[in-house]
Formats: sequence, C-alpha cells, structure tokens
Amino acid sequence: MSVRHALLALLSEGPKYGLRLQQEFEERTGEVWPLNVGQVYITLQRLERDGLVESDDEDGAGPQKRFVITQVGAAELDSWLRTPAGDIPPPRDELVIKILISLRVPGADVHDIVQVHRRHMIELMQRYWRIKADAAEDDIGLALIADAEMFRLEGIVRWLDAADTRLKLHPAPDPASLPAAAAAPAAPAARAAPARRPGAGARR
Amino acid sequence: MTAVLELREVSKAYETGAAEVHALRQVSLSVDAGELVAIMGPSGSGKSTLLTIAGALEEPTTGQVLVAGNDLSRYSANDQAKLRRRLIGYVFQDFNLLAGLTAVENVTLPLELDGARVKAARPAGMKALQDLGVAERADRFPDELSGGERQRVAIARAVVGDRQVLLADEPTGALDSVNGEAVMRLLLAVCRRGVAGVVVTHDAQFASCADRVVFLRDGRMIDQTGPQPGPESLLAPDPQ
Repeated sequence: MSVRHALLALLSEGPKYGLRLQQEFEERTGEVWPLNVGQVYITLQRLERDGLVESDDEDGAGPQKRFVITQVGAAELDSWLRTPAGDIPPPRDELVIKILISLRVPGADVHDIVQVHRRHMIELMQRYWRIKADAAEDDIGLALIADAEMFRLEGIVRWLDAADTRLKLHPAPDPASLPAAAAAPAAPAARAAPARRPGAGARR
Repeated sequence: MTAVLELREVSKAYETGAAEVHALRQVSLSVDAGELVAIMGPSGSGKSTLLTIAGALEEPTTGQVLVAGNDLSRYSANDQAKLRRRLIGYVFQDFNLLAGLTAVENVTLPLELDGARVKAARPAGMKALQDLGVAERADRFPDELSGGERQRVAIARAVVGDRQVLLADEPTGALDSVNGEAVMRLLLAVCRRGVAGVVVTHDAQFASCADRVVFLRDGRMIDQTGPQPGPESLLAPDPQ
C-alpha cells in the first residue's frame, strides 16, 4: 500500500493539514488500513524533501502545517495510477511451502493441514463479509476494499481446494516408506543398499 | 436459540450393483431459527444428498431428521410430504419461476398445492413479496421482471406462509459476484426473520456470508468455522 500516493491523491483535491489527511485516509479506506498521524507526518516530510508537496504555511509546524501538491507531485501521482501493480507472486509463498513440507513429514495428514488453512481463510472472509454487511450501502470505497481482500482470500481457498483434490487423486508417497538414503543422507553403505523389498518395512 | 432443523447421525448409502456407495456418514447438524449455515465440500462430498435429506425429499439409511421438532421417520410418506410443503422452502440455481403465472401466483403456488384456496393464499403471497421488496411487481409475469426481481420472487416463494426451513442448492451458481452477493444478503435477511437456512455452495465468497460454514469430505462432516470475532479484529497492525 502506497501511503505516499494516497496522500498525494488527497492533496490533489486542494491544500490540507496533516491531521485532516489522516482522517480522510481512514474514511476512504474504510478504516481497514489504520494509519497513525506520525506515519502521515513522516511521509509528508519525505514528500516535501522530494519536491512532490510543499507547505504553503512556513510558520506552522506539526498539525498546524498545511500542504499543497506540486506539479511534480501531480505528475508522479498520474504516473503511479497508470503503472501496473506488481503482479509477480512472491518467490516463496509460505502456505505453499507448508503444504509441500507436510508431504515429507511422517504422520502428517496433508488433507487435515489443508483444511486447517481453508477454515482459517473462510473465517477471515466471514469477517470481511461482516464489514461489508455492516457498512452503509453507498460506501463504495469500503465495499471495493473488502471485495479485493475477499477475492485474494478466495484465490487461496481455491488453491487449497485444488491441492486437496490433486493429492487425493495422486497421493504423495508416505515419507516413512521412502528409501533410507533419501530420508537421511547417511553412510555410503546405506546409499548403496539394494532397493527395498516389498513388505520389508521402513528403515530409518 | 432453538434448533429448527436437526440431523442426528444421518447416513445415506446407495446400492450400485454389488457395491455400496456411502454418500453421507454419521452427519449431525443443527440449525437454529435465524441462522444461515453454508455447506462446502468438493464434488461428491455429499452436499446435495445432505440437502435432499434435510428437505425430506429423500430418507436417510440410518439416523434421524427433525424439522421444527417433528421426527420425520415417525410420519408416513404422505404426512412427510405435507410437512415438507408446510415447513420447508427451496431455492434453486435457476430460480425456476413458472412463466405462465404472475409473481404472486408463483409465490402462492406452494400454498395452493397444500390445499389453500387461491383467494386465501393471496394475502400470504403479498406479504412474502412485500418482505422481499417486490410487492409492487406482484401481478407481473416472470418475463416482465428483471433478474434481481425474479430472484426476490423465488425467495419469497420459498418462505411464503409459515415455512421455517429454507434450503438452497447453489443459488448463486449462475450469477456474477455482485449479484450473487445480493442473493446471499436476501437469504440472510429472510433467515434473520426466524427461518433456519442451509445453503450449499462451492463458492467461498458466498459461503462466507453465512453465520457458520460446515465442511464435508467423503460424506463426513470434517470441520466447521468457529464463532466470529468482530470486524475490529481486522484492524490489528499489519505485521509487514
């Protein structure tokens, strides 16, 4: 979330004081993203340093200081609005890693682990739904924010559903049944051991 | 709260040739008046079977189904059908309104099937339409109604009279997310007036509108969501 650009957007409507900016930010993001006034002032200082905003009130300080957006700031805002949001997934998604690792843990039931995460996601979605249900009908900003979060969570649920089905159709081998060499890189003799005979049981 | 719909250790097995398929295994579910429960699960997990058994359209192999305190197994098939028509309403994916009947005639149809006279049924039909905000469209035919109005009429038909249980099978299946959400809001509002609702859906968005989400897998109820904390719990500082 770019607090910088959110503040520039609020200032594009006209000059504003820091406290007012903080209140308007919270109103427009439906209070889903809380922002303390300190963060607002730090961000404003940086914007001022970079020439994107300026104060039209040299004497004031803190809450008394009023800010206006500069031409450079307006151009930056316009450019940011048109720049595609990062759509590259993070290289390591913790949930994906957890599910993959659970396949290698003896005794771990991957379907149960999937369900724990699925329930958690749905419970989060229920809370966003509540926010939408309790909001005024014309609070479009809040509805859009809650929608975005719910679609993100829904995407995770759909991945969990797909993982569940895939693992049911093609169960991963029980880690306990894997050859000892793969389970623990031990002595060379173990690596050279002949393939496990059926019914020989797991060796660790 | 009082449980209006109760399934006690319900199992359902179908014989397919030599094999027996267990569609439901020992499912217990209790839905209170005013509560909406969503059932989620993959294809073949038993969601639809659970709904048809809860709606007295099918009998369980073992276990009991109680609707408004009436143990269905104690009733004859005929009396079960009567009970079903009087107490249980259904909403279907395509809403299934009859094209040759007006909105209010569609809504009163279940009452008339149950023996009510046309004139006597109309006030109940009008009240149901009024509760769903479409009373002024009562004398229109389905093809004169908007999609949203048809949904409202279909939900009114499901809860007309003294129906205490509302069952819906993928009612949002053919709708986009915003219209689907509108249907869920209507179902929730209807339940809040004292109806026990169960909605089957594979869609997490719509399921999350429910008070409780129950998860089925291989005919078993494996999990359900817990009590919901308030929305302020989302306002915790972002750890990132």
